[in-house]
Amino acid sequence: MFASPTVRVSLLFVAVALAGLVFADIAITTSNPWRDLGRFFLGVVTPDFFSTEGLATALLRTIAFAFVGVALGSFFGFILALVYKAYPVRMFCAFIRAIHELFWALIFLQFFGFHPLTGVLAIAIPYAGIFAKVYSEILDEADPEPARLLPPGTGAVATFLFARIPDCWVQLRTYTAYRLECGLRSSAILGFVGLPTLGFYLETSFSQGLYSEAGAMLVLFYVLIATMPLWVRPKALPFYLVAAPFFLGEGLPIVWGNVARFFTEDIVPAPLRNNEGLTALGSWFGDLMISEALPGIWNTLLLTQIALVATGLLALLAFPLISTHFGGPVRRTSGHVALVIARSTPEYILAYILLQLWGPSMLPAVVALALHNGGIIGHLIGRQTNGIRLRPDAPAGFNRYSYELVPRVYRGFLAFLFYRWEIIMRETAILGILGIYTLGFYVDSAIQNIQFDRALVLILLTAALNIGIDALSRYIRRRLALQTMPTC
Amino acid sequence: MSLKLIRKFTLSALLIATPFASAMAQTFVFTAIPDEDETKLVERFRGVAEYLESRLDVDVRYIPVKSYAAAVSAFRNNQVQLAWFGGLSGVQARGLVPGSQALAQGVEDEAFVTYFIANTSTGLEPSDELTDDVRGKTFTFGSKGSTSGRLMPEFHIRETFGEAPEEVFSRVGFSGNHSRTIRLVEAGTYEVGALNFQVWEKELADGTIDTDAVRVIWKTPTYPDYQWTIRGDVDAQYGEGFTDRVRQALLELDDPALLESFPRSGFIPASNADYEPIRKVAEEIGILD
Repeated sequence: MFASPTVRVSLLFVAVALAGLVFADIAITTSNPWRDLGRFFLGVVTPDFFSTEGLATALLRTIAFAFVGVALGSFFGFILALVYKAYPVRMFCAFIRAIHELFWALIFLQFFGFHPLTGVLAIAIPYAGIFAKVYSEILDEADPEPARLLPPGTGAVATFLFARIPDCWVQLRTYTAYRLECGLRSSAILGFVGLPTLGFYLETSFSQGLYSEAGAMLVLFYVLIATMPLWVRPKALPFYLVAAPFFLGEGLPIVWGNVARFFTEDIVPAPLRNNEGLTALGSWFGDLMISEALPGIWNTLLLTQIALVATGLLALLAFPLISTHFGGPVRRTSGHVALVIARSTPEYILAYILLQLWGPSMLPAVVALALHNGGIIGHLIGRQTNGIRLRPDAPAGFNRYSYELVPRVYRGFLAFLFYRWEIIMRETAILGILGIYTLGFYVDSAIQNIQFDRALVLILLTAALNIGIDALSRYIRRRLALQTMPTC
Repeated sequence: MSLKLIRKFTLSALLIATPFASAMAQTFVFTAIPDEDETKLVERFRGVAEYLESRLDVDVRYIPVKSYAAAVSAFRNNQVQLAWFGGLSGVQARGLVPGSQALAQGVEDEAFVTYFIANTSTGLEPSDELTDDVRGKTFTFGSKGSTSGRLMPEFHIRETFGEAPEEVFSRVGFSGNHSRTIRLVEAGTYEVGALNFQVWEKELADGTIDTDAVRVIWKTPTYPDYQWTIRGDVDAQYGEGFTDRVRQALLELDDPALLESFPRSGFIPASNADYEPIRKVAEEIGILD
């Protein structure tokens, strides 16, 4: 077994995570975490839908921002996908998707302020980068045969539209619909930085311990996501797309001078802005690296590796919940509900809740990342096992799990896990805004001190780290010959 | 099929590009730093908005923000023209917007105080100075941009121990606001915290603090804090003498319920120079360049 490369790689990652645990801060610091957790669950089961004025508006805004952001992202992503072969385009897309929606929002807030454009662009830009990559992968997979059968002299556009698109139309549509669900999550968390979506009210209620109010918002959010197949219909889509821009709210007017100022003054490193010369710039940068960037990078990597392995363990433990090879329909239904809740809750909101309940350390972040990502992967491989036909005399129970199913799905499982490595790292960085000392913490501190030059350097470093992890993950997947379909 | 899709997307793209809010150019907008529970802030500042509207003959609107920096940025970007800032955020904002001025401060803001509080399980006793007993405890500030919850406590910690807070305490956090600092120290999430004395006194009077779980262990020397700050270009935008009218309205605010919600006993004139000490401390700590 130890000769298998997949096992060796898995053990290596587990060893790194265990070593990481030695350095990580994983204490529960509240004196009575279970009482608060109990009060929170009580709030969720006794939701109060009528206490917050504007809850309906917040829900509407959440949907509107998601629709407009994802629509623009998919439009520009599609155009970029057509020229994705070009190296600069690939780099550009990797770069814009390496920066998290919340970081984009924090950047746009500095010059567009509380204008709807801030929220729309914060979703549309990283999503365009992701759409470009996935659309181009889907288009590459299309069967080349139909194009060869066209009469000579058929134009490139016609070939593309009539021979290429129809073959992968279903995948394009499925993926876009899936991204819309991700868009709703992104839209909801933008509220945490002040946009008028669900997160805004969730943060308000939660920080004041109004758990029934917070519970109502979470319940509404789950219902919104769970009922998507009912209300997101192809026929209704044009109506939504046309209507959505009108429900973004008016915000505050943009002052265009601020945009120029941001790019020509705010983000220019302070020593250059004050004409202090290159030596001053060097020491400015050195100080930033030593006191903020390096501790941030260290903590981000530490948390990412621990969360990655925790995600894997949780996914392996969770998939039997929905697998037809175990248990009866009752358990599978409750398993489905548990996994839907785990994967519908954005990591950021989960981490926020757990941080409030358990106090600040890496533990709430690890649990939040593992729950959300483990829920997604557990769901996917659970579904995969349902396609497996076992011999009638196959062992049952634990032996069936460990000798029949896990070996069969393990490669698929690793593929999903490595695919999500980069996504977990992006989230890890952003969780710093909540007070864990990852890169996001230092970005937030720089913004709180109105030092956008520092914030931008740190955001660029985060993006570079993310691109590096993405490249490493692709290398490992290629070496192990793992294939996967994209997840968000 | 995809052409239709593209048409749809283009249409919505065009729609969102149209300007949103040109009609509200003449609304006078203000904000405030989110230093307390938001429900309280919204209630308080809606009252202020109504009062100012009745005195200024323009539409007045309050917008809540999620961070101190967001309040400063909105002021700097001229999306709000007036703000209720803390000492530090006011200094930052006025540094970024030439011509802006501190208009009025609360009577209590001339001599503001930070309270250091501790969970009673630590056994820390009230004292006339910050003692070595707090060393090694866990500690929470309020918001990163707060004067009474961050700047002044950090200044006094550095002055007393000659070290950064991270070296004095075993864990340092930022609760987010003053109300939350009380809750976290009360719950034992952090053993020690520092906050705005007015928020403490008001919650104490309201009976919302569990005094068996948390107590004040040290009071800092006084310093200037909160103030109303207005942009320098409002006269050009809202008419000659507008700044003076806003100042007058604020100084004459005497609705007891509204004042009680701040809580301040009244407002008195303030000037930019009043906040020089705050600017110096911020520079010393490295929060201001």
